[in-house]
Parts: sequence; C-alpha cells; structure tokens
Amino acid sequence: MSKDIQIKKGLDIHLVGAAKAQTNETKISATYKVSLEDFHGLVPKLSIKEGAQVQAGEPLFHDKNKESIQVVSPVSGTLTAVERGDRRRILSLSIASDGAQTPVQHPVIDIVAADAAAIKAYMLMAGVWPFVKQRPYDVIADPDQTPKGIFISAVNTAPLAVDLDYVLKGQELVLQAAVSALSKLTSGSVHLSIKDQNSPMAGLKDCEFHVVSGPHPSGLVGTLINKVDPINKGEVVWTISAQDLLIIGNLLQNGVFNATRTFALAGSAIKNPQYFTAHIGAELAPIIHIAGVAQQHYRLINGDVLTGLTVDKEGNLGYRNTVVTAIPEGDDYDFFGWNKPEFNKMSTTRALTFSWLFPKKKYDLNTNTNGEHRAFVVTGGYEEVFPLDIYPLQLLKSCMVNDLDEMEQLGLYEVAPEDFALTEFVCISKQPHQQIIREGLDFLQKEIG
Amino acid sequence: MSFKDKLHGIKEHLKGKKIAPAFNALHTFLYMPNETTHSGGHVRVVDDLKRTMNTVITALLPVLLFGMFNAGYQHYAAVDAANGTPRTLSILGNFLTFDNFWMGALTILPLVVVSYGVGLAVEFLFAVVKGHEVEEGYLVTGMLVPLIVPIDTPLWMLAVAVIFGVVIGKEVFGGTGMNILNPALTIRAFLFFAYPTWMSGDKVWVHKAVEYAGTPDAISGETILGYLAQGRGAEYSYSISDMFFGFIPGSVGETSTFLILLGGLFLVFTKIASWRIMLSAVGGALTMGLIFNGVVDAGWITESSKFYGLMSFAFWQHLIVGGLAFGIVYMATDPVTGSQTNKGKWYYGFFIGFISVLIRVFNPAYPEGVFLAILLMNVFAPTIDHYVLQGNIKKRLKRANNNAAVTLQVETL
Repeated sequence: MSKDIQIKKGLDIHLVGAAKAQTNETKISATYKVSLEDFHGLVPKLSIKEGAQVQAGEPLFHDKNKESIQVVSPVSGTLTAVERGDRRRILSLSIASDGAQTPVQHPVIDIVAADAAAIKAYMLMAGVWPFVKQRPYDVIADPDQTPKGIFISAVNTAPLAVDLDYVLKGQELVLQAAVSALSKLTSGSVHLSIKDQNSPMAGLKDCEFHVVSGPHPSGLVGTLINKVDPINKGEVVWTISAQDLLIIGNLLQNGVFNATRTFALAGSAIKNPQYFTAHIGAELAPIIHIAGVAQQHYRLINGDVLTGLTVDKEGNLGYRNTVVTAIPEGDDYDFFGWNKPEFNKMSTTRALTFSWLFPKKKYDLNTNTNGEHRAFVVTGGYEEVFPLDIYPLQLLKSCMVNDLDEMEQLGLYEVAPEDFALTEFVCISKQPHQQIIREGLDFLQKEIG
Repeated sequence: MSFKDKLHGIKEHLKGKKIAPAFNALHTFLYMPNETTHSGGHVRVVDDLKRTMNTVITALLPVLLFGMFNAGYQHYAAVDAANGTPRTLSILGNFLTFDNFWMGALTILPLVVVSYGVGLAVEFLFAVVKGHEVEEGYLVTGMLVPLIVPIDTPLWMLAVAVIFGVVIGKEVFGGTGMNILNPALTIRAFLFFAYPTWMSGDKVWVHKAVEYAGTPDAISGETILGYLAQGRGAEYSYSISDMFFGFIPGSVGETSTFLILLGGLFLVFTKIASWRIMLSAVGGALTMGLIFNGVVDAGWITESSKFYGLMSFAFWQHLIVGGLAFGIVYMATDPVTGSQTNKGKWYYGFFIGFISVLIRVFNPAYPEGVFLAILLMNVFAPTIDHYVLQGNIKKRLKRANNNAAVTLQVETL
C-alpha cells in the first residue's frame, strides 16, 4: 500500500552554482582520510595498527560498544596517520594509497536464499553496516534490533543537492539487490520515496513507493517517516541514503566493498560546478582545481549548506556525503544590514526583505549569520517550514533544559538534527537548532538507552 | 584605515572586557556583525531580531506622529470649548497645523526620550554586569510606553516606572525572551497602581487639563469611555468617524484606530505579528460587546444602573474607542509573553478581547481594561500552550498504544 505525500509547509532554497549534469572521473588521490565526524556515536577502536597495510574493504576500526560494527578502508594502501584529539580520542585516519585499489574479495551471497541473520552478518563483516542508520537517536543502526520499517528517500530537495535521478540512472540491478536484501531485515517493509515514475527506483520490487511532492524538506527521510509511519516510543526504524544503496548493492552482487562515489561539487564559489566520481575519503583540493574556484575566500562543506560539515580546503571527501558545497565566507560587516531593504538574501518574512516576490530566484548566500545569537523571541515562523506533526519550538526548548519527559512526549524519537535544518535557517534568534537536537538525542540515548 | 576597520579594531580590543556588550550594542546598529555560522546549517535568513523590532517600530511611527498632532489639537479644542466656542474639526484647517504638532512634539518627545534613555540604560547596565549582549526587546517597549500613557505623565514618574518595568518585569526573569509579562504593560500597570490620580480621571487625557484645573481656564480632559462610565454618554459630541480616525482624547497613541489598523495590516503583511491573535481578539471583544448589548436589550438592567452607559454602548464601537485596538495590534501580539502555539493563539487572542470589554464595563475605578486583560492572559498563555501541547502528546500516546495493540494481536494470532 503506497501513500502519496504532499508537503505544503517548507521552503526551497535556490542557490547559485548547481552542478551541471556531467560527470568527471578523477585520479586516485595520494592520501585518503576517514573522519570520525561521519560516525556520530561510534566509539572507535582501531582494528589495525598505524603503519599497517590495508586492502580496500579491510576494517580500519570498529565500535567499542558493538564490536560487530566496523568501518572499512575505502582504498588499499598504508594506514599512515591516526589524528587524535583531547584524551586521545581518534579524530581521523589517513591512508596513503598504493595506487592499485586491491579489494578484499568476499564470497558472493545468494540474496534470495539468505535469511535476515545471514544478510546482517554479511553486511557487518564487509563493512557496509555504518551506512544503515537508525531512529531514534540518528546513529548507526543496532544490528541486534529488528526495525518496524526501513526508509529510503530517492528525492533530494536540499539546496544544490545531487540529482538522484541522474546519479542512480542505470544502476537498477544494484539498487534492487540492496533493496531486496534490506527488505528481509525488517518486520515491516522498505519504504521508498520517489519524485515521480521516471525515477530509476520506480521499477524496483520488494518495497513500497511513496510519491512525494512539495518544497524541502519533502525529500528528507524524516518527513517520509513522519507521514507514513511515525516512530513511537520503543520502536525503531532504519534509514539509508539512496546512494549508499549502491555500495551495499555492489557488495551483494560482486562481493567487493566499492567505495566509488558520484558526488556533486557545487556552490557559487566553484567556477564550473559539476559531478565527479572519486573514492570515499579522496582529497578534495585536486578535484576543486579541475572545477576551478570563482573566488578565493570561501567555505568548503562536506554535504549541503543546511546539514554539511565544514571541511578544510586541503580536506577530504566525507564518508557519507554526496555533495561538496563551496560558498563565500561572510565574515564581513554590512553597513546598516539590519534595517536596509534586502533583495539579495533570503527571508521568510516581508520585513523590507523581498525574497517573497521572487520564489524562483537563485541566491548567492554566504556564511554570515545576518545577526547575533539571541534568546527565542519570535514564534510561529518555524511552523511554516516544518511539516512534521511536532511542535518544533517546544521540542527545542525541552532539549535545551534536558527535560526527558517532554523530549519523549513531544516526539524527539522521531527526529534527526537534519529535520531542524530549515527551522534553524529561518531562525530570527540565530539559535543552533541542529546542535540542540543533536545534544538532546545524545542525552536521551544516554539516559534511556 | 576605513571607519569599518577602526570599529572592528575597537571591537577586537574590547573583546572579553566588561564594557564590550555596550560597545557591541552600538556597533551592531551601524554594521551587521561579521559573525559566521559555526554549527549546523551554513546559511541563515537575513532577518534578525533588530530587523524584526525595527519593523514594529516602523508600524508605530504613524501612530506617534498622529499622537503629536492630536495632543495639540485636543488641547486647543478643549480650550475653545471652555471658552464657549466649540471647534468643528477640519483636518487641514485646524488639525494638521504646526501649532498642534509643536505642542504635541514638545510634550511627547520628552516622554520618548525618557522612556528610551532610562530603559536602555537599565538594559545596558544589566548586559554589562551579566556579561551578555544587549538584546533588542526594549526597542519596541521603549516606543510603546510613551504611546500608552496620559500625555502629561511627569517624566520622573515615567522614569521610575520604566526602571521598575524593565528590572522586575523583564531582567529578573532573565531578560528578553524570558519575561512572563509584557514589559510595556508592566510599566503601565505600575504607573496605574502607584500614581492612580495621575493615570485616571477626567483631567489627565488632554494636555494641561490638570494644570488648569480649578482655575478660570479649566478645561475638560475626559475620554469617551469616561463619559460612558459616568452615565454621561449624551454629553460628548464625537462622531463615529472622529472615533475611528482618532480625533478624540486618550493616551498618546491609542486614539487613531485607522492608523492602528494600517499598522496592524503592515505587521501581518510582513509576517512579524500574529494575525491569529489580532483576529481572535477582535472576535472576543465583539462577542463580549454583543453579550452586554443583549443584556441591555433584554431589559435585565435599567438606565439607573451604573453599568448602563457602557453596556449599552454599541458592541462594535468598543473597538474604536479607548486602547483596545492599540492593545490588540501592538501588545497582545508580543510573541514572548503571548501564546506560542498557533492553536493557542486563537484562544489567547479571544480571551484578551473578551476580558478587555468585560473589565472595561465592570471596572468602577477606571473604564479601560485592555492592559489588565493582556497582563492576565500573559499569565495564562503558558497554560493555554500546555493544553495545546497535551493534545499533541495524547495523539502520540494513542498512536503508540494502537501500534502496541496491533503488535500484540499479531503475536497472539
């Protein structure tokens, strides 16, 4: 039974610098980096020593609390450096590539015959498990649980996001392998959101389709969950990004962890925004060099402008993200910026701001906060961009004061930080909504487990 | 070195020092700061609290200007009336005159200056002592206060009230965004209860009426509600259009329902103020007015009743006299002290309108109830929101129970 979902509340952010539908292959980088930022909640324990040789798909580290969850190397080479922070917490691992890309060859599994336990064990062993995330808490899924549903969004409504129809085209068999395998892991079904029947996903079996329409966040998996089968206390759902299905599917078909990723390099600071293929963890600087920069003073983001992580300009492609965005830094003063009429920045009000007149206009936004951090004052604005059946302001406040009862009652189980990216974007008080939700989720998980 | 760089230099120099918030408050008025996003999303909308507050002030400026003309006009009109030569209003002839404006400006601008000066001084002091940035809440409060007091309020009185309102009404709760009561109304309530003789009666609403009292030049300073409350409704000669356009005595900014309506539409259009609150408050006021009219029509009270004057006042006219319109548009819509859920706003607004007219009619001492009604509903706003949230919570619980029941059934089958 599929259910069509039409979202009215939300906001499309149109930015300058969308990637052209043209994909460039890239050369193998000298060094690849796996950052722990991409594995929130995982307590890493190294599986191999610094200086050891690894093959592509060989475990680098595993979760101390759940040893079966392991993260594997995207390339073959030598583990050259482990960067550590306070209290020797691991921050990132660097692998010097040997240029050969020798993969670990796993036996190919028969998806049709295999049962849930076998598929899980296979995914864990081969290191694709970290791509499976769970809610509540928005962390890597606990393989010992059985989710009531698995949710995948094949619609990308985030600003400058990858066009999934473009990057998934021709990969139907790989996707099918992944979806069929995943469908055995849930007591319910695999829910897939698609834009329309032209999606490469539209012909897949073993899943339920939901045609979604409307502004961002209609493409977020959190919206899909909330509209299809919201999470209740005690329930678990899993989510997987559409492009990670390719890595899982490739493994199931060929027995190899293939870390090849097609991603968009976008944003107004890039001269020729376009798609690239590279391995996870690849150096970004040479890739940016190919596309060219339109201006020097920019911020590089692993991910989209709403949810991505800032990355050093000498940094590497993240483990999960499918878009790398470069937008101008906004660390400059704006004379009377708080009261002059504003045509070139976005706004959801009409207080001498005019973006309501041009809903299709593409903006060149920078990283300026456009004002200072304040206490919550204005009400009613978040609800306009927040389609979930949740009271956003009240949930945020319950997280800020660590009120466990309210956090539970108001639906913290159902959300991930990314669901609050738009309320954060429109926040007049410039409050860090995603951070508040992240800390709330961590607190809830610690207290309730 | 440009001006911008010089200011940046001073800001860096003062960083971490006690006085920094005071400098930053002034600096950020000139320049939107160079702050960039450092967690979560990397881009933000252009709106900030300053822009929001500035929009409200913009919506108040016409009211303030009109108040200046009207203050002068009411004074000269009262003088003429006392001399036995009542004026007929002519907007260009004797309303929009420099004399009127000058008299009004000379009396009202000091109120504005004291309100902002004292209030911002307190805000700066708290910011410096507590080491946080100066928040913009007082920008609107400071403009509201002169508009809701009688014109001849002594400046020292205003200063005392502002200090009380900002400290007790706001800062002790943690500053902007944390207060329970609307600060401007707290100031107004303090004035009302501390200096009742200056805040009510038939002398305070027209410039110099108090000063001239008991002299041969004595003039009347009575408001329409005052006449009605005393059962002297027949004595005033203001037409409906006088009331609507605001050529009547009253607090500085409250008289022109027309300009308030325009300001309200502007605030709704800019999405700064809640149309839900405004609409439901109007509905609440009309409902209560209709009930009172119904009581009179049913003959339950007689003309000798002291409430007869106000109860028989046509229900919709309540909206165009007194401070009701001003309160609904500019005070009830304060997001901090009002209801914060969209559903709650409907109840919150309705009760403000409803209770305003109720107090207006039944308050023997002072025929106006808006500020008391809003303060009362400020207190109840969290309760309203609590019940709205309970609805959402119950829905979530029910969903969980249903799911659990289904799972149980499947398992037992």
